Amino acid sequence: VNHPDETRADVPRVLTALRGALHRIAPEVDFDRLDRSADLREEADLDSVDLVNLAVIIHQTLDVDIPESDYGKTSTLGGLIEYLVGRLQQSER
Amino acid sequence: MSDRYLMPSLGSGMTHGTVIEWYVKPGQVVHRGDVIGLVDTDKGAIEVEVWEDAEVVEILAAPETKAAVGEPLLVLRSPGGDGASSPEEDAAAASKDDAAVPAASPEGGPEEDRAAARDTAARPEAATEAPAPLPEPESSLGVRAPVTGGKGGRASPAARRRAAELDIGLSSLTGTGPGGAVTLADVEKAAAKDGPPADAGRVEEAVDLPRSGKATPLARQVAEAMGVEIEGVEGTGPGGAVTRADVEARAEREGRRPGAPRPEVEGERTEEAGDRHRSMRQAIAAAMSRSKKEIPHYYLGTTVSMEAALRWLEQTNRERPPAERILPAAVHLKCVSLALGDYPEFNGFWEEDAFRPAEGVHPGMAISLRGGGLVAPAIHEVPRKSLGEISAALLDLVQRARSGRLRASEVTDPTITVTSLGDRGVETVFGVIYPPQVAIVGIGSAVERPWAERGMLGVRRLVQLTLAADHRASDGHRGGLFLEQVSERLQMPEEL
Repeated sequence: VNHPDETRADVPRVLTALRGALHRIAPEVDFDRLDRSADLREEADLDSVDLVNLAVIIHQTLDVDIPESDYGKTSTLGGLIEYLVGRLQQSER
Repeated sequence: MSDRYLMPSLGSGMTHGTVIEWYVKPGQVVHRGDVIGLVDTDKGAIEVEVWEDAEVVEILAAPETKAAVGEPLLVLRSPGGDGASSPEEDAAAASKDDAAVPAASPEGGPEEDRAAARDTAARPEAATEAPAPLPEPESSLGVRAPVTGGKGGRASPAARRRAAELDIGLSSLTGTGPGGAVTLADVEKAAAKDGPPADAGRVEEAVDLPRSGKATPLARQVAEAMGVEIEGVEGTGPGGAVTRADVEARAEREGRRPGAPRPEVEGERTEEAGDRHRSMRQAIAAAMSRSKKEIPHYYLGTTVSMEAALRWLEQTNRERPPAERILPAAVHLKCVSLALGDYPEFNGFWEEDAFRPAEGVHPGMAISLRGGGLVAPAIHEVPRKSLGEISAALLDLVQRARSGRLRASEVTDPTITVTSLGDRGVETVFGVIYPPQVAIVGIGSAVERPWAERGMLGVRRLVQLTLAADHRASDGHRGGLFLEQVSERLQMPEEL
């Protein structure tokens, strides 16, 4: 459940965007070692400003605007990946 | 007339800084408020601004030069001025104020001379122990350079620095400048006579080049952010050093963008980060020790409902793209800043046994840095900014604080500190005042708690609002009223 099917078309795009975004916000974090089922804020030590910056970068790179009301669905890295892949597929239809 | 741009004091306890890069060239016209260069300090790299319209005449302190607070870095010419001072004039100016010069020891080589010069420059700060956060920005300009006299007479700052670089004892030189002062030309002549200057190793040591000596710290930072391998970049800077422009040109060619994964160069980065961390630790230690030693703190706290503010934020942010959303911290900052209008005794500085209220309200926002350390740079004129503007300023400030690109005015101007713990912190923060400020306001994390209001029990998101203030400047009664007003303003977010 936590590792999405990485063969789906949008997954590599999402992973690249998140890897880049997290590198900018939390350069010392090893993206590949993050526990995708744990709270991302705890895993990558992000504060509220970091989270806003993450949303801003995602908006810029993937053109997906995550409303605050969806923050609950994106609290883990796995959840965030799933959410973004879902939103990208929606917009492609 | 001409002026020297001096190494500014960027906060309590700063004794020296290292020029990383100039963004200006001789001949360039600069305007008040322009960012003109980058200086490395124990608070990280800080962009320095100029406080008058002027033309850059000469760069005295090349990149990589370490200079004491108050040492001249640039020669500037004010508009309508008649010309810059030459090193000889510098020496003349120096000789005029000769009385202020502590004589260096007769044996004093260039290093001791430099140290003496540094002491002189640092003295005004040490004397008051209150390095004014440059309330009058002009203080970084138009102040005559501290006099730097050596044994047997005087030398211009440029001459002194060059002599140190070349490892030439000033005392061995005959000055040809006014009053027998040693000029830059004298030093160069002596160097030529002595054959090739001291070996490269000595020079490198004297000017404090970074480890490899092949890239500026800024270039390293940019390279890291861009994912460029700096070892492969050809340098066009002084001594073939790789500059930011070189890195950016390479990044452009390789089609790199910030945030791209970069080749591993962890060992070096970790070491650099370790140095930075150590010096920041020392800066914090000095400021906080001074605070607890000198400032009679008193503490107040109260519980405040954030429910109205948070609901209003949820509503307002629904229609806004991420970059324009309003942060809870912006609401805190604005409420505190507006309340300070009625309680000016919390907004200002304790200096020389008296309280000096600040002219504007520029709260410093405490920002913790990844890997440890803390800075509290100012957001200027908060009462006049909209919540959207304050939020944008916050996002920008946090990013620049963490990447080491704060501006001098942001570091030196805070008139009070605000620390907002966000949603992952503890409930209550008891602040330590950052001298010479006189207050720090803390807002803990919001937590859901039962709350009684007009006889009804409900669940609300609450925060602990605290104040630590300087009892020399204010009393608890006024402190309580001040917090009360902050609390009231938090209940009316739509009026902010």
